[in-house]
Amino acid sequence: MTTRISLTVGPVLYYWPRRTLLDFYADVADSAADTVVLGEVVCARRHEMRHDDWLALARELAACGKEVVLASQVLLESDADLRGMRRLAQQDAFRVEAGDASALRALAGRPFVLGPHINIYSEPALREHARLGAVRWVAPVELGLDALAQINPPQAPVQGGPAADTPIATEVFAFGRLPLAFSARCFTARHLHLNKDECAFRCIEHPDGLQLNTGDGTPFLALNGIQTQSAAQHCLIGDAAALRRAGVSRARLSPGAHHFGTVIDLFERVYNGDADAHDAAATLAALSLPGGLVNGFAHRRAGLERPPA
Amino acid sequence: MTSSPAASHVASPRPPRLVCPAGSLRALTLAIDAGADAVYIGLKDATNARNFAGLNFDIAQAREGIAHAHALGREVLMALNTFADAHAPQRWWRAVDAAAGLGVDALICADTAVLAYARDHHPQLRLHLSVQASATTWEAIEFYRERYGIRRAVLPRVLTLAQVEQLCRHSSVEIEVFGFGSLCVMVEGRCALSSYVTGQSPNTAGVCSPPSAVRWTDGADGVDARLNGVLIDRYAPDEARGYPTLCKGRFDVEGTRDYALEEPTSLNTLSLLPRLTAMGVAAIKIEGRQRSPAYVEQVTRVWRAAIDACAAQPARFSVQPQWTTTLGRWSEGQQHTLGAYDRPWR
Repeated sequence: MTTRISLTVGPVLYYWPRRTLLDFYADVADSAADTVVLGEVVCARRHEMRHDDWLALARELAACGKEVVLASQVLLESDADLRGMRRLAQQDAFRVEAGDASALRALAGRPFVLGPHINIYSEPALREHARLGAVRWVAPVELGLDALAQINPPQAPVQGGPAADTPIATEVFAFGRLPLAFSARCFTARHLHLNKDECAFRCIEHPDGLQLNTGDGTPFLALNGIQTQSAAQHCLIGDAAALRRAGVSRARLSPGAHHFGTVIDLFERVYNGDADAHDAAATLAALSLPGGLVNGFAHRRAGLERPPA
Repeated sequence: MTSSPAASHVASPRPPRLVCPAGSLRALTLAIDAGADAVYIGLKDATNARNFAGLNFDIAQAREGIAHAHALGREVLMALNTFADAHAPQRWWRAVDAAAGLGVDALICADTAVLAYARDHHPQLRLHLSVQASATTWEAIEFYRERYGIRRAVLPRVLTLAQVEQLCRHSSVEIEVFGFGSLCVMVEGRCALSSYVTGQSPNTAGVCSPPSAVRWTDGADGVDARLNGVLIDRYAPDEARGYPTLCKGRFDVEGTRDYALEEPTSLNTLSLLPRLTAMGVAAIKIEGRQRSPAYVEQVTRVWRAAIDACAAQPARFSVQPQWTTTLGRWSEGQQHTLGAYDRPWR
């Protein structure tokens, strides 16, 4: 009997209309996902959902039996950004996922989640953050599974939580376009020759980001406002055994605009059931999600490398 | 609202210290002799964010450079600003020990593990927070001050001048900003583009778009610059070619081929010097440990003259044409920009 790999639905990284977002979460509520991370982590200008809307949605999902985590914005620049982060940190109904060091300071002393953009690359670094009260760690996307096992050893997990008595859970980014970089600059606005402050929120027209191809027509990256993503979908559906060996107990599935219910279902059946990973990968590939599938990062290679056929 | 720590308001601000890059002993000597208040250096390995072949210092060279700087009353800062590798963090501890043994004036670090090691084993060692730590708010900087006792923070090149000013007001540690050099459009310490393409990134290996992954090929349409097989740019036969840093390539978005992320440009904040001084910026950093000793010498000379002129008569400060000419010669893409401080695109 293998242990369950819990499924986390990561925050929606794109700007979706409110109705689309609420419909999406209604489906997630009925899915096999264990945990749902809510909040706008990319751009403070996006406003389809306000703080209270996220809290209301969080309560609904919690009522459906989901664990809900609220994520803080990754790049904070203004005082208003800081105030938004503190609002999250001050509520205690839901756990918070830290997006930056400002949030670490605000959350210290309480149980919280270390988001994937907190730079933890070694066991001593994880211990530093465990001392703050962290109970879960979402690994930086560029780390290989071998490194995860070094940083949070499956046989002797780093102890976190306010009383330093909770083994830290390792979560890995297991599906979706990889969040690779952040900038102060909005690349969607730049492409449209708009100023960032007068962007007309045009990123709402690109529910999976705006694809960027190389000069020879190969899908390469996706522009999502101030965030740059991989065009390809990072996909670890064939790596369940390696995940377990590395001590990973949670897998993050990053929302996309299409077929996400199928994605959750396939991961659940492969990771926690007896479905065949090859068949599931073939099914995922046949969904024609943008960009194709890659998994290089997990295997300590360039992120854009594809799994062996 | 959470209150900010007691900020130090200085009636008549000190001129910012000039912090210059040195990728070699020759560059260090030239920077010091041209008037740098401090130089920053790295060791010959992956413990610093300019881990390039033929660059940086071994222990003997570092010792010689530090002796030269100290003899003239200047400082040497050591960049140990990558993230300790999960498989061999000891290499970073040894680098901290070496830096302490050499008597550097400060360490520039980003990794909490490295900061903690330095704090615990070398409590007398002054710590600066590297730009690679991505601390963009005073609260983030406070986090590092409270836990690791940092004395200065280098700001990511993403904030507007107004945001830098706001941050200086709230910060209880010294603030260092970039003044000149190549511009990273991404937030430092938060960019995995290079590892996505090549397997090596600034955070993990101290490199971005490493030369070992670059291939130039001649074709009928011109010259292709590829990074691990990915076409970053294609140049017409008579077109000037740049290094294929992947965020500075030309790509196709919705049928339009352009610099979709960033055009090759350089940051130059010379004209902002009076304002940076007035807001209490403690130090101005020149980028470019990978650049030639001649770059270091000439850029240092210009900035020394400018800072001195600004300190003597801040109200009458103006950028001298010969300064602009000199800096223009050393600018990537031959362009000047105020970068994010000005934000024409905002």
